[in-house]
Amino acid sequence: MRFGGVFEDPKKMKVLTRLVYAAMVVFIAIDFVMPRHHEEFFWDRIPGFSSAFGLASCVVLIVVSKTIGKFLLEKKEDYYDD
Amino acid sequence: MISWIHPGAILILGSILIPVLPGKAKKGYLLLLPALAFLSVLLTHEGTYWTYHFLGQAIVFGRADRLAIVFAYVFSVAAFASMLYGLHVKEDGHHIAAFVYAGSAMGVAFAGDFITLIIFWEFMAFSSVFLILYRKTAKAYAAAYRYILVHIFGGICLMGGAFLQYSQTHSMAFNHVEAGGLAFALILIGFMLNAAVPPLGAWLPDAYPEATVSGVVFMSAFTTKSAVYVLIRGFAGTEILLWLGVIMAVYGIVYAIIENDIRRLLSYHIISQVGYMVAAVGIGTEMAINGATAHAFNNILYKGLLFMGAGSILHVTGKTRLDELGGLYKTMPRTFILYMIAGFSISGVPLFSGFVGKSMILSAAGEEHLSYVWLILTLVSTGTFLSTTLKLPYLAFMAKDRGIKAADPPGNMTAAMGIVAFLCIFIGIYPKYLYDMLPYATHYAPYTLEHVVWSGQILLFTWLGYYIYINKLKGHPGLNLDTDWFYRKGAGVFMAVDREVVAPADSAVGEAYRKVVLRLGSWLSGLSFRFDVGIVDGFLHGLVRFGVWFSSLFSRRSLSFDKGVIDGVVNGVADFTVSLAAVTRRFQTGLVHDYAFGILVGLLVLINVFFLIS
Repeated sequence: MRFGGVFEDPKKMKVLTRLVYAAMVVFIAIDFVMPRHHEEFFWDRIPGFSSAFGLASCVVLIVVSKTIGKFLLEKKEDYYDD
Repeated sequence: MISWIHPGAILILGSILIPVLPGKAKKGYLLLLPALAFLSVLLTHEGTYWTYHFLGQAIVFGRADRLAIVFAYVFSVAAFASMLYGLHVKEDGHHIAAFVYAGSAMGVAFAGDFITLIIFWEFMAFSSVFLILYRKTAKAYAAAYRYILVHIFGGICLMGGAFLQYSQTHSMAFNHVEAGGLAFALILIGFMLNAAVPPLGAWLPDAYPEATVSGVVFMSAFTTKSAVYVLIRGFAGTEILLWLGVIMAVYGIVYAIIENDIRRLLSYHIISQVGYMVAAVGIGTEMAINGATAHAFNNILYKGLLFMGAGSILHVTGKTRLDELGGLYKTMPRTFILYMIAGFSISGVPLFSGFVGKSMILSAAGEEHLSYVWLILTLVSTGTFLSTTLKLPYLAFMAKDRGIKAADPPGNMTAAMGIVAFLCIFIGIYPKYLYDMLPYATHYAPYTLEHVVWSGQILLFTWLGYYIYINKLKGHPGLNLDTDWFYRKGAGVFMAVDREVVAPADSAVGEAYRKVVLRLGSWLSGLSFRFDVGIVDGFLHGLVRFGVWFSSLFSRRSLSFDKGVIDGVVNGVADFTVSLAAVTRRFQTGLVHDYAFGILVGLLVLINVFFLIS
């Protein structure tokens, strides 16, 4: 089994990235037209809410985690060794 | 006719024979035992088996209801896959510890009373610690020591709580905990410690990354998930668990996002995932309990597979740090694909198992209109995709090719990963297989258009977030503080007392120990060596010589029996004893605070016994 360096070929990676963007558009488009059966929270009615929430969650998690890590948690590797 | 055989008993008692079996037969036997245990779970009908009476208490080894059976089922599957993964391990003690550990987890699942539960609970702690010790590094020895101390503390809390409950209710039966006050709190603390609920959970990311390559695969399956099982049994609907679970889910993911060591990243991620289950136990509705069970079932599989993938990287390259890894997808393609199957499963990608299990917990939160819980758990699920399925594989398998010499791991390891990956996909496309085993009947339908579109958007836009911040999440060396700081570093005052008072006393006692106990010990061992050489060996040689003489009378075949089997048994037992002793002697530290802790634990045990009697 060989991949032949597919992840290092800029052309192939470009195609892959575009496919992902296309998928995003398709999913949001479906979200605008699909019928809804389960509406437990008010945001269940907003088309594209989960896209926005997914992106926002990811960014918030990265920024908050890295900040807490930098100022509070991260120590040198030999911290416990002395 | 025998109505039921305890699957845990098959593993625990069966493991005794491991040291005496030669080469290939041993490997077959190592796979046969968990296969038999699996068969025995399959044949288990609901009912109560193996009930004994002891000191006026009913001891129930086999309370088999739907909840117990589904956990025992997945425990036996995990035992088989993990053993296959670690089949190449040479030390018999490692295999025995793994089987005693897995069997005890099943013992916990089938335990109908607190006495049985506590026995197997302690067995789990004392067998799993060997899976760390067999790594045989200084770091592993230290981590194992902390691991066992923390678990002894948890076990004592559980025992104290159980006996206090007995003093209130006059029953040791293990059901939903009705007792109030201290009994309730102590039992809950004991269970929460094993579930790694913060601040009691720092033992997990401290110990798991130091365990052996296959040991950690066992550990990821049993300790936290059996704790989820006992929480479901004893504390379903306890509101504090809902909030602790949510905190836990966030706590684990924050560490997972910044962690550099791949096995420690996955360890923190266990805490986050178990947080989901603990929150579901806190919700406590039928849907939530089904969700917690389904998520535990799936998690044992895909988390095991993630650890198998990470373990393969460690086994082949000797590295676990993301800042040292990169570009492995070309040299370890099978491992890469199998790891990604686990990653997609755990992230809840449609057609993989996480999608059909984890979503039940979110639906349960939705049914109860717990909007904040729903939002936070959804946020955490983006963190799952981000840390285990984007960051880790990108930095380890892709990113910068560091030219590390590597290849896919040995066949048994790949095969084990293949079996688990198959189950992850199978459950994803045929969820009825899992749903039919859940404790409550359900018609949950995961594949609705809304659900698929919702998940698809969450996942795609999480990827976008990662793509934007990709350079912020590169690995760099270092460690992250956790609550284990309190017992690893302690306060400055405590250290000063230690330096001025405890240390001199310690060294004095240590000196006395060396002078008296060790000398006595070496004298005794010399004596026993002489006994061994003079009498035991003499006897054995005599026996063998008699055997040779006897066999020469008949045929040469029995000579080979003598060489192969009798010598094999004798040598096998001896090798096993030596290797076990090499590991266990680590507990004989000669340091006064270690022994003081032992004395403290003993005192607590005595107090517990006193509670039981009075």
